[in-house]
This record gives sequence, C-alpha cells and structure tokens, in this order.
Amino acid sequence: MKKTYKLKDLDCANCAAKMENAINKLPEVESATVSFLMQKMTINYADGTDETAALAAIQKIIRKVEPDCEVIA
Amino acid sequence: MTRRQKRLLLRIGIGIVLFAVGLFLPEWWQAGLMVAAWLIAGYDILWSAIRNILRGQIFDEKFLMALATCCALAMKDWKEAAAVMLFFQVGELFEMLAVERSRRSISSLMDLRPDCAVVVKNGEEVEVEPEEVRVGDILLVRPGERIAVDGVIVEGESALDTSKITGEAVPVDVCSGSPVVSGSVNLSGVLKIRAESAYEHSTVARILTLVETAAEKKASAERLITKFAKYYTPSVIGAAVLLAAVPPIFFGQPFTQWLSRALTFLVISCPCALVISVPLSFFSGMGAAARLGIVVKGGVALEQLAKTSTVVFDKTGTLTEGKFSVQAIYCAAGKEEELLRIAAQCEKYSNHPVAQAIRQAYPKVSEEAENIREIPGNGITAVVDGKHAAVGNARLLESLGIHFPEISEVGTTVYIAVDGVYLGAITVADTARKNVRETINALHAFGVKKTMMLTGDNERSAAHYAKICGVKEYRAQLLPQDKVAIFETLPKKKNETVAFVGDGVNDAPVLTAADVGIAMGGVGSDAAVEAADAVLLNDDISKLPMLFRIAKRTCAIARQNIAFALSVKAVCLILGALGYAPMWLAIFADVGVAVLAILNALRGMREVH
Repeated sequence: MKKTYKLKDLDCANCAAKMENAINKLPEVESATVSFLMQKMTINYADGTDETAALAAIQKIIRKVEPDCEVIA
Repeated sequence: MTRRQKRLLLRIGIGIVLFAVGLFLPEWWQAGLMVAAWLIAGYDILWSAIRNILRGQIFDEKFLMALATCCALAMKDWKEAAAVMLFFQVGELFEMLAVERSRRSISSLMDLRPDCAVVVKNGEEVEVEPEEVRVGDILLVRPGERIAVDGVIVEGESALDTSKITGEAVPVDVCSGSPVVSGSVNLSGVLKIRAESAYEHSTVARILTLVETAAEKKASAERLITKFAKYYTPSVIGAAVLLAAVPPIFFGQPFTQWLSRALTFLVISCPCALVISVPLSFFSGMGAAARLGIVVKGGVALEQLAKTSTVVFDKTGTLTEGKFSVQAIYCAAGKEEELLRIAAQCEKYSNHPVAQAIRQAYPKVSEEAENIREIPGNGITAVVDGKHAAVGNARLLESLGIHFPEISEVGTTVYIAVDGVYLGAITVADTARKNVRETINALHAFGVKKTMMLTGDNERSAAHYAKICGVKEYRAQLLPQDKVAIFETLPKKKNETVAFVGDGVNDAPVLTAADVGIAMGGVGSDAAVEAADAVLLNDDISKLPMLFRIAKRTCAIARQNIAFALSVKAVCLILGALGYAPMWLAIFADVGVAVLAILNALRGMREVH
C-alpha cells in the first residue's frame, strides 16, 4: 500500500535524510522516501498494516527531527 | 518570499542596525545592543536548540550555532556572538530563497495541471474540478485556458500551445474534429470540446503521475550522500570531542580556545551543501528534459543514460514511421494512375495496412469493384470495369497462371493483372522517420559506441533500413522474446549501460530488460509508461541526443558539487582544527558552500542544443 503525504515546513535537507532513515526502520514501513525538494513523503506500508497507527509513529519521528514540520495527508 | 522569510529578513535588518550602532557606543551600551541583536536575529535558533536538546536531537546546525554564540558571550565577546548569529541567518535566508526559487522554477516546467474545467450543461456553463468531467461532456475552453481532459473539438477553431506536453514550441492549429490533448493551452479562439476520457485517464494525469513518482527514484549518487552522512556525522562529532578534550587535558592547553575550535569544526562539518545540492542537480536535469517534452523517471535514469555506450532501437514505429506508404509503381502496360485506380477499387474496404497505403496514394476512388473475393494471405480478385482483375502477391498470380516479372524490392509488392494479363506492380513499404540518420550520427558523435536495430522483419528489409538509418548493426527475424534475450547477450563493460528505444506499443518487456528503456510517444500506453525510464512525449526521435546530453551534464554537475563541497570542507576542517578558521569562515563553509552548490545545480536547468 503506497501513500504520499505532503510535508509542510520541512526546512532542512539533512533533517529530511534523517527522517527518511528513521522511518525506514519502522517495522510497519517497507520503504519510505522523504523528498526535501518536493516537500513530500512517500510511504510504502507493509501488507496488513494499520495505517493510522503507523502514521502516528511516523509523525512522532518527524516531530522529533523537525518540530515545526507537519504532515498533510 | 513567504511570510516567514520576510520576517527573517526584517529580524536580520534590525539586528544589523543594532550591531552597527553598537560599534560606536561605550562598552556596556555596546554589550547591551549586541546581545539584543543576537536575540532578535537568533531567538528561533536558540529556541529550537533548546527543544532539540530536550528531544535528544543534538548536533544539528541550530544547536551548534546556539552553543558557539553562547560560548562567545561567556567569553564576553559580544561582537562575535552577534556577528556570527547575523551571518548565519543571512546564509540561512539565502539558502531558503535559493531552494525555494529552484523548486518553483523546476515545478513550473512540469506544471501542467489544469485548475478547473467549464462544462456546458443544458446551455449553462458550470465550473467543475477536472476530476468531475465525464466522458461525453462538452467543455468550453476560452483563450488562455488549459484543456482539462483529452477530447475532440466539436466547435470553434484555434491554435494550441502543446509545448508543455510535447516540447514542440510551434503552436498547433486545430479546428472542429481535431483531437486535443489535455494540458495544452488554448491560445486564440473559444473552443467547445467533447471529453473523450476522464481526467485520470487523460494524458496530463499520466504525465503528472510520471513526474511525481520520478522524485522517489533516487540516483545512486543521492543514496551515496545519505549513506555517507550516516558515517560522516558521528565521525566529525567524535573528532570535535577529541579536539576539545585532548589538548587541554593532556597538554595543559587553555580549554576555551580548544572548545571554540571544536565548535568551529562542527559548524564547518554540516553536510547540508551535499544533502541539498545533489538531489537538486538531478531535479534540475529532469526539469531541463521536461522542457523538451521528455519525462525522465528519476535520478537513476539520468545516471544510467549518462553511462550509455550502446543504444538499441526497435525498427517499426521507432526508426520508421510504422505506416506503410506507396514507394514505387512499375508499369508493364498502361499508366501508373490506371494501375493505382484498379488496385484502390479492389482494396476499397480492406483493412490491411497495404490496402490503406494504396488508398492513401489514390484517395479519389468513387466506385467499388464488383464481385470482390478476398483470398486470405494472397490478395483479392474482383471485377473492375467489366474485366477480371487480380490484385495480390506473387502466389496469387502464380495460382492464376499469369506470367509476370518478379520484383525484388524492400517492402511488400502487390502485383496487378487484368483479364489474365500482367499490368504492373506497386511496392508498399514503411518509411524511415525524418532526421533518423542525423540523430543516429549525432549519437555516434556524442560517444555512443554502438547502435543496433531489432526487427521481426526479414534479413533483406532489416539490412535496407539499417543502412538508411545509419545504424551499425541489426538483428532480423526476431520474435518478441528474442528481443528480450538479446539484452543478456550484449557485451558491455562495467560502468556502461545499454539503452533501448521503442514505441512502447508491444515492447514493454524489452523496455524493462534494457538498463534504460526509452519509450517514444508512449503516453498512450500505460504499460510503456510503467516500464520505461524515460518517455519522449512526442514522436520526435531527434530529441534523443539532447536527452543524453542533459543526462551527462546533470551527472557532471552532481559530481562537481560533491567534489566542491567536500574539498572546501576538508580544507576548512583542517584550518579549523589548527585554529586558523574564524567563525565567519566556518559559516561560509557551511551555508555559503550550500548556496554556491545550489546555484551550480540550477545550471542544469538550462536548455541544451
């Protein structure tokens, strides 16, 4: 299941890379890309994942790396 | 500028004024103004540094700036604290603006999303989202508006700007009955268009999906940077800790001096320049290609294209038009026109491509022949002007016992006989696209070592077309699976890739089998779009050399940026460790290098010729 989200106020390219690494380590996520240039995140969820729960975990990671950054579905 | 950027600019402005005034005031006044400038310019940095520490995210540049300036304050160096913070914020603002600008200019190249569509319902005009347009709806498109879905003009005439879709700069004249492609802009007259497909199946939606997925496919240079940052960051932090700890503890050096060196060292080490500029370089390359009507699916594709040493072409529909046309007419008796007329009358209702070509050469056919009998695989017999005519291949005439001279020409030969007497023959063949030869020559001149043509046709016709097009090698009589297998046998050196160019109609597996698959005019086929790494949105094969040039330039720029950023940083890191790099130089090595690398990346957006 592939989903794309917009990221608001993603300000630093290095942070985007950090987020990407951390999100990729989540068990619910098969692969993730965070594009600083497009201000977008693409998540490939593993099959049978509860997306809302996974997204909450992702959001937590993002807020930790960049507190002002918001995920817009 | 966004509101945030404007506010930052204002804060920097106030900071600079306070700093400048402070320079001329006695000591305690100066200290007060400097601290004020430091706070006004950098309060957000300080705030997020505190938040980051609480969240366990330390060692980002904001934290470093906060720490460095606080240390300066602790040493009562008020001027340094304010200056460093101001300089850093100026750099940040520049970086933000540069990224923002490049993002906007690149996406404008790729922006073809129609904002809305005007549907005419019961004589009323209703504005709807493109997604809500249904097949069969009548759309009203005024001059200056973008066409929302693919369709056919039912009323009006105009010129269309299709450059965003096909890269073709010359406007296309259209009138009632012309098909129109979504994403093109109506230039002159009001048009009424009948929707032929829903938005999600329209050309523009296909292209947008392509462009959007493109950013997910990162080039290996981009991946390298991410991996690199993983080892790089901990090692510079380790080095900085050693720098701050070892000399004071073991050699009795002053602690503050080495601490400030360690901080400088950390500021220099921020990998932002790399992390922004390398993806941006590839992004620019994709933008430059989009300007030519070429969608490139991600940085990987550009990297592979840049390494291409062998280009393999499909024949029909790629090197050739894929349409048959009459090449030559041989008359044994009578006139050419007479011959064409008889053939056209016999073939009036045949769907065979050869029949279509003959009808195209003689469109004036009025009456149909009588008693038409189609002999599958051989041809047609019929009665024309009261005489028995036979139109077909050699086997047909042989079976009728008619004598005729065998004509050996490339293509299909249609023999014509009337009342048992051979009248003449027409050869019909596919034609090479224009500019094919120039294109292939340009590729060779450009450094492509080998070009090859694949076809299901026989040996003779393959040799003929290979020669016309200037392709060095060919493989004939291939079945579709043979084409795929060829890619496993092609010898290539390490770091070289093989590209395949096809029309995408039935060669999706081949597009996948090649290192780089390039589909031509393949927007119509989902399979090709899925399988290809690059899509030439129009049928213009002469864009190919430009695509390779863009790919090479893009990779060169990415390499320059990596080399530039790393070497400047290496030099500054050494200077910083030895105590020769003041904080402003460190900030330059961080933000300045990033801005320069971004500007260099933007070069990649320029047009190629």
